[in-house]
Amino acid sequence: MAVLVDKNTRVMTQGFTGAQGTFHASQGIAYGSTYVGGTTPGKGGTMHPELNLPVFDTVAECVAKTQANASVIYVPAPFAADAILEAIDAELPLIICITEGIPVLDMVKVKRALSGSKSILVGPNCPGVITPEACKIGIMPGHIHKRGSVGVVSRSGTLTYEAVAQTTAAGLGQSSCVGIGGDPVKGMDFIDVLELFLKDDETKSIVMIGEIGGQSEILAAEYLKRENFAPGKPNKPVVGFIAGATAPPGRRMGHAGAVISGGKDTAAAKMEAMAASGIHVADSPAALGSTMVKALKG
Amino acid sequence: MNIHEYQAKELLRRYGVAVLDGHVAWTADEAIAAAKQLPGPVYVVKSQIHAGGRGAGRFKEDPNGKGGVRVVKSIEDVKTAADAMIGKTLVTKQTGEHGKVVSRVYVEDGCDIKRELYLGLLIDRDTSRLTIMASTEGGMEIEEVAEHHPEKILKVAVDPASGISGFHCRKLAFGLGLTGKQVSSFTKFVTALYGAFLELDCMIVEINPLVVTGAGEIVALDAKVSFDDSALFRHKDLEELRDDSEMDPKELDAVKNDLNYVALDGEIGCMVNGAGLAMATMDIIKLYGSSPANFLDVGGTANAARVTEAFRIITSDPNVKAILVNIFGGIAKCDMIAEGIVAATKTLHLKVPLVVRLEGTNVDLGKKILADSGLAIIPADNLADAAQKVVAAVNGTRASGATKGA
Repeated sequence: MAVLVDKNTRVMTQGFTGAQGTFHASQGIAYGSTYVGGTTPGKGGTMHPELNLPVFDTVAECVAKTQANASVIYVPAPFAADAILEAIDAELPLIICITEGIPVLDMVKVKRALSGSKSILVGPNCPGVITPEACKIGIMPGHIHKRGSVGVVSRSGTLTYEAVAQTTAAGLGQSSCVGIGGDPVKGMDFIDVLELFLKDDETKSIVMIGEIGGQSEILAAEYLKRENFAPGKPNKPVVGFIAGATAPPGRRMGHAGAVISGGKDTAAAKMEAMAASGIHVADSPAALGSTMVKALKG
Repeated sequence: MNIHEYQAKELLRRYGVAVLDGHVAWTADEAIAAAKQLPGPVYVVKSQIHAGGRGAGRFKEDPNGKGGVRVVKSIEDVKTAADAMIGKTLVTKQTGEHGKVVSRVYVEDGCDIKRELYLGLLIDRDTSRLTIMASTEGGMEIEEVAEHHPEKILKVAVDPASGISGFHCRKLAFGLGLTGKQVSSFTKFVTALYGAFLELDCMIVEINPLVVTGAGEIVALDAKVSFDDSALFRHKDLEELRDDSEMDPKELDAVKNDLNYVALDGEIGCMVNGAGLAMATMDIIKLYGSSPANFLDVGGTANAARVTEAFRIITSDPNVKAILVNIFGGIAKCDMIAEGIVAATKTLHLKVPLVVRLEGTNVDLGKKILADSGLAIIPADNLADAAQKVVAAVNGTRASGATKGA
């Protein structure tokens, strides 16, 4: 089964003919995913010169002609919120925004537009979503993935790759990997993805990677305690890690959302909340795979 | 991006936010001229640095003297206060022990203070909305109020579709115990501040304290404004408010080279792709018994030039005793990074041990480039191996007393 994307996902790209859109669409196609076309306003009616797929002016037209059911956005930051709003307007069920550096007030408006809409947003500022050996949408290196049983959800891109490489090396593989992104205002949060993983039969265990800043890991830990680690609930083993134990308070560590602003948003507080809920907390980012192997042995 | 109090007040005044009259002064003579433009007889001379706690702070040159904010009652005393501040180093709770040099002061009109309140606007990630916070505990550090008396912080979240409404302001005003004319004055103040926040793409606006005057007016006594760096492209005019002298020189250098760098006080320089992995790399260095000298996310589009710039900034820190490069290539290709490392090592005549861990896209090619270079680069197989090797290298340098390695 896997979550969010599979063999039936028909991917369109916004910012299709740009360098990023072109490169990552070609990588997605090479991985075996179904890419059906995309948009570059002003270039509608042409074919993508390298990918031989149709280019449209608007998302609505692209959806009507190609039956796309997911869109990935590589539009530059000043125009990215507009691109997400256009995808919401076209009622695309899944929107994945890779773009980094979108103004936070733009995302506040986007978040409002999502409520009551038919769309789910992943990102922005994220690596994307992959279901190994079925569908790759985003910028992650495909070859490190292996179809298997671990669901991976993370705020960080390269740290997701670390979790993937380690669970692949441990022979477990991944059901799906979802990068939710490092921005303070974003689409899916941990709980939204965890809910999908708990329902998914193929996902037997979960790796969850958070960062300093905000409360979402703590809320996710409370959610898992209630909906996973309780009698009659799935009780899927969960391994957790929080990056930023050594980050100084008040300093933004790369990601717009990664800043300790006081109180419960430190790595220590989050790891404590995770451990208290029943999550196996890895003390080192190099121990994600080995902690999972141990957790599975019970 | 942060700006000075006087710049924040000047901006907010344009949006109809009530602030006191005042003028910036770079010299004691300018301070006299500034004071002469004010009605008097009470003046406030305020040191302008990007850090809070100025009033309680002390100058390094005069540790037993008065603080960085002084209320005075004559033009002569304005001059004395300005002389005591300009060019001197102010140490506050937020500056760290090294303090910050005051290059200018703000000379402001005195004010009849009846009550001191707190007002803050920010984007709350839990609600994904602009949230307005207010508290009766003005002048205090809001983090401390939040920790010990969370019930004293009032909050309203504003729906971006309908915008700010009278009820938001009334809810806060009555909660703060304001009455009569104060309520309408507060409503006008908050509405104007909300407008400024949106127009200027702010991240945080804090008015602490917000004062109720004897006449029942609501006025900003201090103002802290921080802009969303991602939105500066639509506010080119705000760029001129940037004060480079407030930044760590290495961090300023990094900003100019489009690198994400934060200076820390450890001994292992780090170059990593991705913010999460960069933090995790710092964490694992600590776990193995050493400490990171910096956070550095070289980004996904790293090439030889960027890697060289990154190495130059890392090695400009004299505390760096070894460097750890940790790359998990997704968009970043390991062969390009490897070429960058080889070029940078040669150009910069690198003198500290260098441990490199490459993984991901084109990893075999990258490893071969490093091996063929003939340079004394210590290769690592994975994250744990890399951390162990770089900590061992630092301990090795310390034991031999040498600084040579690569």
